[in-house]
Amino acid sequence: MRGTVLAAGVADGVALRLDEPLSLWGGVDPGSGEIIDARHPQRGTSLNGRVLVMAAVRGSSSSSSVLAEMVRAGCAPAAIVLGEADLILAVGAAVAEELYAIRVPIVQLPAAELATIPDGAAVSVDEGGEVSLH
Amino acid sequence: MRLVVRAAEVLGAERLIPITRAHVDSCLYHGEATVDFVERLIEGGAQVGVPTTLNVGALDLLHPELWRGDARVAERGRLLMGHYRSLGCQPTYTCAPYQLPSARPSFGDQVAWAESNAIVFCNSVIGARTERYGDFADIACAIAGRVPDAGLHRTAARRAVLVLRLASDVPAALLDDGSLYPVLGIVLGRRAGSRVAAIEGLPPGVAEERLKAIGAAAASSGAVAMFHAIGSTPEAPTLEAALQGGEPEEVAEIGLAELRGARDELTTRAGGAPAGTPIGAVSLGTPHASLFELRAIERELGGARPARGVELLVSTARSLLAEAEEEGLARRLRGLGVELLVDTCSYIAPVLRSSPLPVMTDSGKWAFYAPGNIGVEVVFGSLRECVRSAVEGRVWRDAAHWGAE
Repeated sequence: MRGTVLAAGVADGVALRLDEPLSLWGGVDPGSGEIIDARHPQRGTSLNGRVLVMAAVRGSSSSSSVLAEMVRAGCAPAAIVLGEADLILAVGAAVAEELYAIRVPIVQLPAAELATIPDGAAVSVDEGGEVSLH
Repeated sequence: MRLVVRAAEVLGAERLIPITRAHVDSCLYHGEATVDFVERLIEGGAQVGVPTTLNVGALDLLHPELWRGDARVAERGRLLMGHYRSLGCQPTYTCAPYQLPSARPSFGDQVAWAESNAIVFCNSVIGARTERYGDFADIACAIAGRVPDAGLHRTAARRAVLVLRLASDVPAALLDDGSLYPVLGIVLGRRAGSRVAAIEGLPPGVAEERLKAIGAAAASSGAVAMFHAIGSTPEAPTLEAALQGGEPEEVAEIGLAELRGARDELTTRAGGAPAGTPIGAVSLGTPHASLFELRAIERELGGARPARGVELLVSTARSLLAEAEEEGLARRLRGLGVELLVDTCSYIAPVLRSSPLPVMTDSGKWAFYAPGNIGVEVVFGSLRECVRSAVEGRVWRDAAHWGAE
């Protein structure tokens, strides 16, 4: 599946499909990568090293900072696959790369293709926005 | 400028356009990455190119004694707030810059605003134009004085594509109850996601404070950057105007059952919070209270004080506090035992006294984020319910408006 590159990079990881949208700010502990949103069905799950698969985003404009801080703290997702373009996460990834030379690729896929990525699947993302299941 | 161009690529813009002002959220400390970023800008000699206001920071700089957390975090938070001042930003430290006459854009102005509730207010209630800018992009646009010509900066994207109609079973009395508006915002965010919706069925000329409550909640439960309230917001004198003459993608009804469900979910206490449930604190002013809201709190108190051991805390902007000081309002509120917090918010800064009892709020946004951020249980209610509950020390309910349940 080839998507639109919102932040370039190469990554492999295990898919973490979110059942509901998540705001990184207020929704994730930037020190551990764990979901802390009290109303989120996957509260307690860690994003660290996973390929985060999320149909829609929500919430705070501070999520750019939280993504950059997760990169600094070493608990960021390996990659993010979104169903819609999100400037806030894309900018967070761009700043993290600039400051720490670590890339978190972000790719936008059409909703129908995004839905074919099962939770727990081994996923890789390449420089050109190709998302593959293994 | 590189970040602004990156933003333009993500948004698919072909050119940049000038802005008249910016509102920057990056001054809130989220860890050392936020300091590393601004120090890079300072080393490069950057200065903002347009008048730029600052969002809340980690702590109340005017009342540092209210801080109950880690001293190192307070010090880093203070450093970050100061760093943004040194880039030429104004030390407004408020999440509601639209309440400051000097910071409020005019209809049609192109601006770069961050802070999710301010973005919605700017687009929807003022009719000034901003995309959903986040941390880093906000200050990058402020320095460049330009934004990508894309998204909500362009007329076509401001068209409502979803129509949400209040159903006939929503009681007329509920439309006059402040607690409807944050609840409606939660429903709007869930239904709309990031789409622009038009709400039909509200009375004309809904007060700004109520539109503010809708937007803040909708930007918490969804990624809403703009909504139209037919007959109240400037780009929606009629449904046809909000739709820009087009057809909506979807039309849906919002009934009383859905609103009650959303209201009940804002209360996290197991078993809900019926009248008589003991509370430890009440937090008001999210987004920051306007002068009108500060006066309403005084009126609801009617000279009574919060019950012994119950905190009543109100967050507002430092410049509005100065006005409230001038008219004697701040002194009278403090005299009754009300704590006034500025520059930050009680779900960001550790300011509430530790208590095993739940905290009551009239804010959909506070109810949404406080459980995760500061680990408290929340009881949601109207401003009147919150203030009376603070006085009684237990939940007081004014259930009539929500109909017989």
